[in-house]
Amino acid sequence: MTLISMKSTIAAAALIASVGTTWADKANDTLSVAFTKELENVDSYFNSSREGVVMQRAVWDGLIYRDPVTNEYKGNLATSWEWIDDTTLELKLREGVKFHNGEDFNADDVVFTVNFVAKEENGVKTQRNVNWMKSAEKVDDYTVRILLKDKFPAAIEFLSGPVSMYPNEYYAEVGPSGMGLKPVGTGPYKVTEVVPGQHFVLEKYENYHDSPKGQPSIGKIDIRTVPDVNTQLAELFSGTLDLIWQVPADQAEKMAAMDGFTVANESTMRVGYLSMDAAGRSSMEPNPFKDAKVRQAVNHAIDRKALVDNLLKGKSVVVNTPCFPSQFGCVTDAAVAYEYDPEKAKALLAEAGYADGFTTEFYAYRDREYAEAIASYLNAVGIRTDFKMLQYSALRDLNMKGEVPLAFLTWGSYSINDASAMVSQFFKHGSLDDARDDQAKADLDIADSSTDPAIRKEHYAKAIARITGEAFWAPMFSYNTNYVFKTDVDYTPTADEVLRFTNMAWK
Amino acid sequence: MLQFILRRLGLALLVAFTVSFISFSLLFLAGDPAAALAGETASGEDIEAIRRVYGFDRPMLVQYGDWLFAALRGDFGESYYFKLPVASLIADRLSVTMLLGVCGITFALLTAVPLGVLAAMRPNSIIDRIALFLSVAGQALPSFWFGLILIVLFAIQLRWLPVSGTATWAHFVMPTIVLGYYAMPAIMRLTRAGMLEVLSSDYIRTARAKGASELRVMFRHALRNAIIPVVSLAAVQMGFMLGGSIVVESIFALHGAGFLAWESISRNDLPTVQALILIFSMFYIVFTFLADVLNAWLDPRMRSS
Repeated sequence: MTLISMKSTIAAAALIASVGTTWADKANDTLSVAFTKELENVDSYFNSSREGVVMQRAVWDGLIYRDPVTNEYKGNLATSWEWIDDTTLELKLREGVKFHNGEDFNADDVVFTVNFVAKEENGVKTQRNVNWMKSAEKVDDYTVRILLKDKFPAAIEFLSGPVSMYPNEYYAEVGPSGMGLKPVGTGPYKVTEVVPGQHFVLEKYENYHDSPKGQPSIGKIDIRTVPDVNTQLAELFSGTLDLIWQVPADQAEKMAAMDGFTVANESTMRVGYLSMDAAGRSSMEPNPFKDAKVRQAVNHAIDRKALVDNLLKGKSVVVNTPCFPSQFGCVTDAAVAYEYDPEKAKALLAEAGYADGFTTEFYAYRDREYAEAIASYLNAVGIRTDFKMLQYSALRDLNMKGEVPLAFLTWGSYSINDASAMVSQFFKHGSLDDARDDQAKADLDIADSSTDPAIRKEHYAKAIARITGEAFWAPMFSYNTNYVFKTDVDYTPTADEVLRFTNMAWK
Repeated sequence: MLQFILRRLGLALLVAFTVSFISFSLLFLAGDPAAALAGETASGEDIEAIRRVYGFDRPMLVQYGDWLFAALRGDFGESYYFKLPVASLIADRLSVTMLLGVCGITFALLTAVPLGVLAAMRPNSIIDRIALFLSVAGQALPSFWFGLILIVLFAIQLRWLPVSGTATWAHFVMPTIVLGYYAMPAIMRLTRAGMLEVLSSDYIRTARAKGASELRVMFRHALRNAIIPVVSLAAVQMGFMLGGSIVVESIFALHGAGFLAWESISRNDLPTVQALILIFSMFYIVFTFLADVLNAWLDPRMRSS
């Protein structure tokens, strides 16, 4: 949107002119943070936004915790866990933990939470987070068993991510809407105020258990919804906000040049890619994308390094895999990497019978400037694009119907550090699968259901080799995000785009 | 007079009815509502089930009838996004938008009418030039830019006003100016033109000849007649402000109905969008109707037209 970019340039220029004196809220121990979007419900099972994940990690705890730096799994509300068989996980629970409302945490809470969220009719928003669990059983007060519907190797990852434990008595009484207005968890911060659409106030939970998340340091977190990035920057200058995130690269660069602010850049799990109609589902006739040479030509045509260096910047990297490199099973060595070589691209097109190139519809739903840059690379080798920008839901509908020959898409894997959250979502003949390749599906089926890490890795590697060899996609790059905060805030962001208040402190 | 009011009322109801039908059909123009509701992981059966549960499989006119009768009782259904009744969602936010609209139009009238009168008293004088400059600027400045300039000046440099939010009256000062300034030029130009026309008419000469003071001539005789078109313009502008404060609400983080409309469109939250379009249109219709009645009351000539 040119309006937005014009707006941001003007604002940045205007803001640069003013020298902000920092009016930190260190004195009253309150950190003010901005969210861009409004949460539909604070109850973490009933929202699907990143802001919701931030709240979830602060207010609630999972049974297991994954260290965001080392990716090592540690006990949180559970102290140990063991697979009894392929579909039964037994966990020992931590004793002496209390919810914010004083309720004791024990096996009843786990059984209640799992049985509630696993039931489809209770309507948990992101079903894939919970629909692998069948139910839970109490063994004794501090031992539970979680029963799975089927083999599900990513169970530990999910238990350390989106599945958090709720107080059974309270939740049975108030339900999701009550939990949304007055959330109660065991997490490092308790919610003291919710004004829907305007702000949330979190306070340090003094009785927080000895958790691998660490102990909270800052006393109070005030989260306000401020939709406009320029307004957020103005609030930061005037001293009424201390930390903002998801700041566009151009603004972050200008902020970095100023005194009083720290700009931290971190990678996110989001990967941008081109999807091509290799299965020939679209009405395009003839469909050049059915030919692997054409798909390889597309891969060779785009200078991804230049895109990363000039447009995405920060910690973004060129990605060759149909998954995010840190994900378990995302074996980068197995992927065929296509270097930027427009001459080779033209030669491949000629071999496929398109010496004069061809014209195709090209869709995107976000980051118009990236999509346009990609289109110009494609045009340069003779692939003429009829570029169409759509809303996400509209493009997804078209895609499900198989009417999209070429699209620039992205996938964030819901921050799940397992390849099944990305590659398996798109290459197992689902409605968004443009390749419909039996060989890739066969390997993914094995990898997704085996509980042996070595077997999983081997078959993900095979699937990745097949997908990249056939060039069903053209993987592009990973995304990054900028965090801007006052210099008296001590914080090191993690690579999963989750703000962790517990790891923040005053300098 | 009564006949005039009844005629206008009939017309307003007809427009309201048409608008309600259009805003209802939006649901279907935007694609398959069941697929939109079902989300990305849904299978064909899921979508079919949703279609039955929500009654999307019934004839459109039947659905419209149900929706209209529910809407008349204040029931706009449930928001797809918040899973809360749309009526309470909107009620929460409408007060901010209404307050902002009232402040905005008051600001516009309080600045535009005196400026217009002054400009008309001394056409082509320096005052008239300044007024012209202000109105051209008001029409040309995009409100997001003007808003940011005000923020930089008053919130960052001078630190007189808070940047954004709704906590105190001070939070409403800048949004009021930005919203009001947009409506000001038209009102001012219309006041000036009306005043110029009226001032050259016979009865003003008569009033002056009778020895009435200049102030009395201006406000008692001239303005009262010149203000008539301004009244209807202000009413229409008021309708615009209630529905069109989207940009201002977003810049100043006001969380009113305009911002809710913007967000709901991008979230495909159709019941909320439908209800907001209907409510915003109702504002236009009601304000236009009130303007007509007010005009007729102020100017008897209008009643027969």
